[in-house]
Amino acid sequence: MTAAREADATVSVQMDAPDDFEAWRAHARALMQARVAPERVMWSEPGETGNLLGLLASAPFPAAADAPPPRASRAFLQQARSVICHRDPERFALLYRVLWRLQRQPRLMEDQADANVRRMAAMAKEVRRDIHKMRAFVRFRLVESEDGASEHYVAWFEPDHNIVRANARFFTDRFAAMRWSILTPELSIHWDGAQLLEGPGASARDAPQGDPLEDLWKRYYASIFNPARLKVKAMLKEMPRRYWKNMPETALIGPLIADARNRELAMIAQGEDSFEMEQPDSLDAVASAVSTCTRCPIGCNGTRAVPGEGPADSAVMLVGEQPGDQEELAGRPFVGPAGQVLDRHLKRAGLERDRLYLANAVKHFKFTPRGPRHIHQTPTAGEIDTCRFWLDAERALVKPRLIVALGASAARGILGRTPSIQRERGRAIALADGSELWITVHPSYLLRVPDAIREQEEAAFARDLAAVAARCASLG
Amino acid sequence: MREIPLPKRLEILSDAAKYDASCASSGTARRTSRDGKGIGSTTGNGICHAYAPDGRCISLLKILLTNHCIFDCHYCINRKSSNVRRARFTPQEVVDLTLSFYKRNYIEGLFLSSGIVKSSSHTMEQMIEVARSLREDHGFRGYIHLKTIPEADPELVAHAGLWADRISVNIELPTKAGLSRLAPDKDSGRIEGMMGRIHGAIVEAKDARKRFRHAPRFAPAGQSTQMIVGADGASDTDIITRADSLYGAYGMRRVYYSGFSPIPDASAILPLKRPPLVREHRLYQSDWLMRFYGYSASEVQQAAGTDGMLPLDIDPKLAWALKFRQHFPVDVNRAPREMLLRVPGLGTRAVQSILASRRHRTLRLDDIARFTVSIAKLRPFIVAADWRPTLLTDRADLVSLVKPKPSEQLELFA
Repeated sequence: MTAAREADATVSVQMDAPDDFEAWRAHARALMQARVAPERVMWSEPGETGNLLGLLASAPFPAAADAPPPRASRAFLQQARSVICHRDPERFALLYRVLWRLQRQPRLMEDQADANVRRMAAMAKEVRRDIHKMRAFVRFRLVESEDGASEHYVAWFEPDHNIVRANARFFTDRFAAMRWSILTPELSIHWDGAQLLEGPGASARDAPQGDPLEDLWKRYYASIFNPARLKVKAMLKEMPRRYWKNMPETALIGPLIADARNRELAMIAQGEDSFEMEQPDSLDAVASAVSTCTRCPIGCNGTRAVPGEGPADSAVMLVGEQPGDQEELAGRPFVGPAGQVLDRHLKRAGLERDRLYLANAVKHFKFTPRGPRHIHQTPTAGEIDTCRFWLDAERALVKPRLIVALGASAARGILGRTPSIQRERGRAIALADGSELWITVHPSYLLRVPDAIREQEEAAFARDLAAVAARCASLG
Repeated sequence: MREIPLPKRLEILSDAAKYDASCASSGTARRTSRDGKGIGSTTGNGICHAYAPDGRCISLLKILLTNHCIFDCHYCINRKSSNVRRARFTPQEVVDLTLSFYKRNYIEGLFLSSGIVKSSSHTMEQMIEVARSLREDHGFRGYIHLKTIPEADPELVAHAGLWADRISVNIELPTKAGLSRLAPDKDSGRIEGMMGRIHGAIVEAKDARKRFRHAPRFAPAGQSTQMIVGADGASDTDIITRADSLYGAYGMRRVYYSGFSPIPDASAILPLKRPPLVREHRLYQSDWLMRFYGYSASEVQQAAGTDGMLPLDIDPKLAWALKFRQHFPVDVNRAPREMLLRVPGLGTRAVQSILASRRHRTLRLDDIARFTVSIAKLRPFIVAADWRPTLLTDRADLVSLVKPKPSEQLELFA
């Protein structure tokens, strides 16, 4: 350490540590007693060599024998301990200037309209905030020794200010029985269970890259979030983006926001695409992804998803509207009363159910509770359009040559528009992927129609299926 | 039934817990684990370890022990008749989760709540077992919040307070009529009885500690409660009255408001529309006015309209100032603290700064601007050395000048 004085010229003080309040205090006391005015002092950061005067100077300046020791209010000392940790290179000089002025104005710290006092308060506040954010956002990752006998928790953190040393006490108080290290770019601290050791700065590569528990933490983070009350600004105010890169859960923020907005959009504007994911690459992947899908209100109603069923290479795909209560219970499509009607007609038309791929336009059961019973509700166009992502995925994997849409909802799931069944049934509609679509009524329609026309409608349905069977045979 | 894997159960049981508004971890006794025997510390200040995109802080692991429930409260997603997927944790699983999250510095502690299985007392015993195990078996010094069940054996609550930093009982709805209609299994007498007992135990333990240094602490962070806003017909003045009486009678640390949000598979007797999110915010502001700004409940209620609702377009402090203009402008160089606190736009910190610095100088408008976010909002209500809202001193002018203000804002929010 070199501190020097040259007649009435500038006095240079080289600090050894960026955050050492006691060292600053000793220098300041000596300078004050030598009556060196703030304008004449040049403070420099540790390692700073640009100051020629500092290099030349060597002898410590003598204290004026009769000078009284400087006095400082408690408010000043308290704030100065924070300010010293600030990254601003002006901090040493600012503190000295305020200390100098305090000798004349002992209550200067009360005057918060004063520029120096305000600057000190602002710096102290930034440091306190940084200290607080470090306590909040440090994320330890567990490193186990090879025999599993000892555990070491390691964190990588990038503070804004020189707060690591000042903050160490918090972590030793909290995690005294653990072995841990906090690595930062300029300083590392290590606790071995008994004492705190300091080490040189580190880089992100020196820290462990993951911890299996982070998956649980992320699940918690995603589940505790309430998508009905999106307030991104409030989140950003308290958790600015610059902290995100060292916090595992922040990887979820983008998808969570998008998803929450999409859920709302899907409800407002029908037909919005709310999927920001790759199409699944197997039918099993579709089934498992569908089971956790919450992109529309039906997906959020707590019922079980019913994925499609049948050979993965079926030439014919039958699409219904949505599972009913029995399908939901069984987890399989077309097992309720309508399914039985369908089975009967398939047999008559000579189509083997086992060779068909059976799916629904909507994968969850939409209902209204009436007492203990769940009454079927027709899905909205928006809900069908949302769920189309899954149906498209199934179509892309099965690659059927013929698709039979049972009912208007199913047809919407394929075409993206609601067609008129009476007008478009009984003929092939070419689809973009080269396959063809046949539209007919949903078998549940046959359960509902008035008796007077049931026979006629049954016959029409049978005709439609027969036409499909014939087309199927002609395609080979 | 096949057991649901732990990660999925964590999802189900934290999803079910998100309707509890509180995540506070502040105001408890200071503890450390410097003795090296346990783990954890509390500093008195809460720490928010993360923020979710809903703007809410994540300080505690907030979960339910189970979402099975024998009660059928209409507003609750976990009610008996709801279709949600059910799951449960063992006490040991909750203990392990809490510790492993805590060691990685994800959380300050645990907020444990539960649906009611078998009986209220049985459920309460399980929750207490989690807290006991954390404290006794693992020396956990972090924060624990237990949501108690009013129907449980009072003896058990006495136990809960020994392990927990904070205990809470939900008042659920601002009016008794609302409670009996929407929560037929709950009884407001029993809820308040429980609050009274908790309050008694807290006061007693505090008193004992004054005389015996090693007397056990009882819920050092006090008790809190939560009410649902917008699920019944209660007005804001009803809610403020209720909150005020809860603060007074049971020494509540906090009354939380939870804006009723439509839940999946909702019950038919609930309103279809949720209250505007800002209503909850206005109620919190009124709460602040009572707790930190020296307003009485009746004064806050004066800010409400004839329908008993606080205005949504302006905050209750501004609404009060516009209604009682005779108290303004306030001279920042002379006015006492109580009056400065009533100026819309001056917070407690700004008032502190004004009081400290005016001993040294006569404050000008520029000085005040440095203490606050927006001087524009403030200006009509204050007098400074170089500023006097001249137009406002004229009584006839006052009305016409101030009146357009709220209407402009109304358009913004329309």
